[in-house]
Amino acid sequence: MRVVHGLTWLLGCQLVGETLAHVSGAPVPGAVLGMVVLLTVLLVRRRDDTSAHAAADAMLPHLQLLFIVPGVGVVAYGSVIAADWLPIVVALVASWGLGLAAVGLSAQALTRWTQRRDSGGGAA
Amino acid sequence: MRWFVEQPLTWLVATLLAYRLGVWLLDRTRLSVAQPVLVAVVLLGAALLVLDVDIATYAEGTAVLTFLLGPATVALAVPLHRQLHRLRGFALPMTVALVLGVLVSVGSAILLVQLLGGSEELARTMAPKATTTPVSLALSAEIGGIPALSAVLTITAGILGAVAGPWVLDRLRVREPRSRGVAIGGVSHGIGTARALAEDPVEGAFSGLSMGLTALLTSLLIPLVVALLL
Repeated sequence: MRVVHGLTWLLGCQLVGETLAHVSGAPVPGAVLGMVVLLTVLLVRRRDDTSAHAAADAMLPHLQLLFIVPGVGVVAYGSVIAADWLPIVVALVASWGLGLAAVGLSAQALTRWTQRRDSGGGAA
Repeated sequence: MRWFVEQPLTWLVATLLAYRLGVWLLDRTRLSVAQPVLVAVVLLGAALLVLDVDIATYAEGTAVLTFLLGPATVALAVPLHRQLHRLRGFALPMTVALVLGVLVSVGSAILLVQLLGGSEELARTMAPKATTTPVSLALSAEIGGIPALSAVLTITAGILGAVAGPWVLDRLRVREPRSRGVAIGGVSHGIGTARALAEDPVEGAFSGLSMGLTALLTSLLIPLVVALLL
């Protein structure tokens, strides 16, 4: 029953998010805005054992299951990809790797730099 | 036999079984390439081709799973709420890293496609591939790409992150868990986040946050990068 209550919370937040996206015309999906709505609710309620927590803990370990369907859709595009495979495959893999390196390395370096600056400031 | 393979319920059950098989294989082999999403996509894709079943039949049978993606995205607020205290001192590094990441993701996609002889339309189609699928579809339409193909490239970028993201970050010596999560969510959206959650709760929480911020930042920056490069 707790998971059903929790699912109601999740779907309710998604509905609020979808409505916000629709009304504002923001270029972000309603579900992502729904995540912000739920985070706000959790911050206001100041509890860490709500039914929303129970539903999230039931669903999120199986998040990969939910991406199988869009993944299978890739199969339908096999012929399009095969026709232009070199720019598609190489550019996709290389650009993905460059993006990953740019974010990971800069986030880690900046975190270390701010930590050093904050702790070093007091000592000096 | 034809009735059986064209019945929507068959494909829902097949998807759940393929997922179980993928989870079992990952537990057994501990090979990171054996991600359940990849194992299931390969098996089901091959089954659809061999049995000559239309993708629309498959999509109809599995609509309930597609529907659950919405509340599952909302649910990412929960791990984030648990890790929110770790945002202290990280908001600025994260924001700078993600702006840089969006510029690199979009810019390198456009330049590499052109360098390798792809059309301008393909460059525009590739540009939004790091954002979560609904955003990628919308941005592709806005900048003159082919939205359906953008969705395919986006999902492939996600699967790359689930399979190889943590491995590449290990090679680059990115060990700080928040930075790892932000990197995976920033280039491989929800599919990468699913893997990050399985690796480490901090990584997973920041990957989910990064997915949302990347969608927002890409929406804002992609018209500028496209105008500069194309």
